[in-house]
Amino acid sequence: MLNRTADNVARATPEPLARKVRGISDKGLAWLFISPTILLLLAINIFPLFWAIYLSFTNYRANRSNEVVKNLGFANYQRILGDQDVWIAMQTTAHFVFWTILLQTVIGFTLAWLIDRKFRGHAFWTTVILVPMMLSPAVVGNFWRFLYQPQTGLFNYLVAFFTGVPPSSFEMLGSVQLAPWAIIIVDTWMWTPYVMLICLAGLRSIPEYIYEAAEVDRASNWRQFWSITLPMALPFIMLAVLFRGIENFKMFDMVNLLTGGGPGSTTEVASITLKRQAFESWRTGYSSAFAIILFVAVFGLANIYVKALNKVKQR
Amino acid sequence: MSLTTAHSVVAPSAGSKRIAGAIIIAYALISIVPLLWIFATSFKTPPDSIAYPPKIVFQPSIEGYCNLFTTRTRQTPEYINSLGPATGFCDETVRKRNMVIAGPSNFLPRFLNSLIIAFGSTFCAVFLGTLSAYGFSRFKVPLADDLLFFILSTRFMPPIAVAIPIYLMYRELGLSDTALGMILLYTAVNVSLAVWLLKGFIDEIPREYEEAAMIDGYTRLQAFWRTVLPQATTGIAATAIFCLIFAWNEYAFAALLTSGTAQTAPPFIPTIIGEGGQDWPAVAAGTTIFLVPILVFTILLRKQLLRGITFGAVRK
Repeated sequence: MLNRTADNVARATPEPLARKVRGISDKGLAWLFISPTILLLLAINIFPLFWAIYLSFTNYRANRSNEVVKNLGFANYQRILGDQDVWIAMQTTAHFVFWTILLQTVIGFTLAWLIDRKFRGHAFWTTVILVPMMLSPAVVGNFWRFLYQPQTGLFNYLVAFFTGVPPSSFEMLGSVQLAPWAIIIVDTWMWTPYVMLICLAGLRSIPEYIYEAAEVDRASNWRQFWSITLPMALPFIMLAVLFRGIENFKMFDMVNLLTGGGPGSTTEVASITLKRQAFESWRTGYSSAFAIILFVAVFGLANIYVKALNKVKQR
Repeated sequence: MSLTTAHSVVAPSAGSKRIAGAIIIAYALISIVPLLWIFATSFKTPPDSIAYPPKIVFQPSIEGYCNLFTTRTRQTPEYINSLGPATGFCDETVRKRNMVIAGPSNFLPRFLNSLIIAFGSTFCAVFLGTLSAYGFSRFKVPLADDLLFFILSTRFMPPIAVAIPIYLMYRELGLSDTALGMILLYTAVNVSLAVWLLKGFIDEIPREYEEAAMIDGYTRLQAFWRTVLPQATTGIAATAIFCLIFAWNEYAFAALLTSGTAQTAPPFIPTIIGEGGQDWPAVAAGTTIFLVPILVFTILLRKQLLRGITFGAVRK
């Protein structure tokens, strides 16, 4: 369809205009092609960002938009940094990010390393393993609530079956001790395939001749793993870790549907706190300041991420 | 434990291959149990779905699907008997529970919203992304690296943080709870992925093709339409599927910025409620219908998956 449109333009354009179109310099064309994207991002991302920065210095409340807006200076930022709840939320987030990344990296790398053995049917089973990460975290997170039901859920039943504890003796989502692990389990189930896929690319990028040389030098398999496999796959592992780190730092959908931050606030990661402040308490100014703080943190991480991307690309 | 890798001169022994295969197959089977359980639950009756011990063998029923697409009201047996014969299977199933179908549920409109918003935003993101990617790939753009970083960084913003000012902006512009608003928003989120992915694909197309076309008298624009676009079809299709999956799966923006007319399926499915709590077979039925397109796309995409999830950085 696009092709046809182009032909029509080329044939039907009146002469003077056609000459003009022909006359577009490469530089002009470059801007013509790139500017719509930049403009859209400016309108939908950057303009709102500046609005949020402005709001973060005020006491504005979105549910009382007729009230006079007062300028508070840095008071919102000061309050956030001194707010006990915010620090607890940051700790909850850190706990979630740390354990999900540790588990996903260890399991993901092991799976990749096993798949790299190229047993028969490995391509098919790799595709099967990849399925969970393509699904909607919200819709799947919602369904895990069913699997975690204390009396009738499949998860509790299977745990009970293999360990012998009664299935109604523990509530994955209702208990203060277990709820943080409930979300870690679901996230690990969903995203281990992601780490696996990137690690697999890393393992496959190692040229054969290095192993051949090591074999000639009679390096043991153990030595080959630590001196060749792991260091050469490391940039890829780092890439996966950074990406998962950023994604889980801003985790919202899966946790919101699984626990909603509860019980109490034991699984209240930063994004959930932000949503509660912004859309339930309607402290728009305050939550904008919190949002800006999160922006800066993610932006820092993203900066590192892009550097890592370019490093992997150079190989 | 043998640490021989597939790359070594000594190929992995048959035994180590077999062990690796067994572990991988076991992991794959365990990891799809939750999905099989969703599928199975969608064909259970509500009592079967919460039976203890969980039922692996059960009498299949499409009650979940009936409940997903309808709203029902409880009636007295006398009233139900006074009605004519049941029309269709759903009617019959529902009457056995002393209920009558009151009308269609909101699932179908929400599902259609998902389709419209996902396809609309994907088309826009891929269109803008193709143009930008070509621009970045073929021309010397000042500050190209900074612009590309800017484009990518917008993808990393926490959705809730973006949602606060977007909520206010959309309220001013009258875009709250409209498909247009959601399409614009998802386009902005997806365009970063589209630019990065497509730049990688277009970088791989040799410049010689266009140069030859331009020597033959094509303008730059014609060369772009006639030689670059046809060559980039695979890349464009893969990018489109990635954008589609993102928009299809997205929850945070949809939950905060839509409430009724433009609500998509992800925020709707968790709200499906029956008598006495969540109607799990109906939720499972909705989830199944919602997930099937993604399964199909995952299979179509499996060769490009790695590229898509790393913004084009890893290409094998």
